[in-house]
Amino acid sequence: MKRDDFLKHVAWTGSGIAWSLSSGGLFNAQKALAADGAISFVQISDSHIGFARPENMDVTGTLQKTIAAINAMPVQPTFVVHTGDVTHLSKPTQFDTAKQILGTLKAPLVVLPGEHDVIGTSAAFFDAFRRSDAPKGWFSWDQGGAHFLSLVNVFNFEIDGKLGTEQIDFVEKDLAAQKSSTPIVVFAHVPLYALFPPWGWTTEDGSRVLAALRRFNAVTVLNGHIHQIVQHTDGNIRFATAASTAYPQPAPGTADKPGPLKVPDSKLLSVLGYRSVEIARNTATIADHSLQT
Amino acid sequence: MAHQSGDGSSGICTHMSRLFLALQGALLSAALTAGASAAAPPLLPSVATVHIKDFKYHPPALTVHVGERVTFINDDDEAHTVTATDKSFDSEGLDTGGTWQHVFTKPGTYNYFCELHPYMKATIVVLPAAPAQ
Repeated sequence: MKRDDFLKHVAWTGSGIAWSLSSGGLFNAQKALAADGAISFVQISDSHIGFARPENMDVTGTLQKTIAAINAMPVQPTFVVHTGDVTHLSKPTQFDTAKQILGTLKAPLVVLPGEHDVIGTSAAFFDAFRRSDAPKGWFSWDQGGAHFLSLVNVFNFEIDGKLGTEQIDFVEKDLAAQKSSTPIVVFAHVPLYALFPPWGWTTEDGSRVLAALRRFNAVTVLNGHIHQIVQHTDGNIRFATAASTAYPQPAPGTADKPGPLKVPDSKLLSVLGYRSVEIARNTATIADHSLQT
Repeated sequence: MAHQSGDGSSGICTHMSRLFLALQGALLSAALTAGASAAAPPLLPSVATVHIKDFKYHPPALTVHVGERVTFINDDDEAHTVTATDKSFDSEGLDTGGTWQHVFTKPGTYNYFCELHPYMKATIVVLPAAPAQ
């Protein structure tokens, strides 16, 4: 079995088996157990509230199903991060609906915008999810021995996947104050590396941020945007894009264009899901869970 | 967003909490559906129509005159926008089947793109109004 196949298989078992990246860069299947002193969080992404097409006529329902599954986790995550495209068309009514549903989470919520959340203006997004500690949208914090960075790469008017000089300066300064032994976790909507540029699945100016991440022992970069799980390792940096809670998209290059992918109705829940991450002893353990029960 | 219960509230007698959750979901869905299916304003006469299909604008280049109206229709499965590089016009998000019309009032060459997929680009050239015959 090729390694890619193995990862895909393991990623979707959803039964508590997870894979992790050891310092040697090897993936190991292991039981995801809550360890003392560990921090755990959950990532959800790309809910596209307002979307109502044959690919998923009930995106509110699948988001509610996701929240219910997270709320039922025996050990509640320290927080839940939504990595963007909360709404489909940035409409205030769509943000209202999303807030109502996300408000039922038991754990605290962190939300960053996707390009679908800032169409024309970012005002509706900030009205819904403004944080006093993130006036520009990006911010960082320390929790459970790890350092977290929540970035925004959808604010450029003409380029999706751009951080901008001001934000990169912030990241460089922020990381300079961290010890290289501290586990670093970075969130952004669009993948920070060149995952598939022909479809815009890249961050044009991501390289300066990746360069600033090189000296750390363990870095985990979690993105959304592409509605599917893709794992990638580059030296000390481990990248993982997340499944959507709304609909899948084609694998890179397997279709003429990106966009909603129709799967048989009976299969939809198996390609939607959420991700749990546990950080213990400087190792991040990721487990992707589908909504299929 | 108004959440009208309509006559969907009949029959609630047992399992209140479960029903409440189900009802809440149904109301959210109903509200969304209502929002999505709100009747689009009728289209006014226009001199040209740009169709958005397969992540492209058709035609990619178009010439019109000052005072003329152009219709944009999103025929794609994905949402798109019609956004001028100089920000002089912006459709904002157009869902599948969504339409938007714009009257060009100043001569010039207008490059536009999709804010959601910025590699989608097209141009409209606006010529001075044709002299009255």
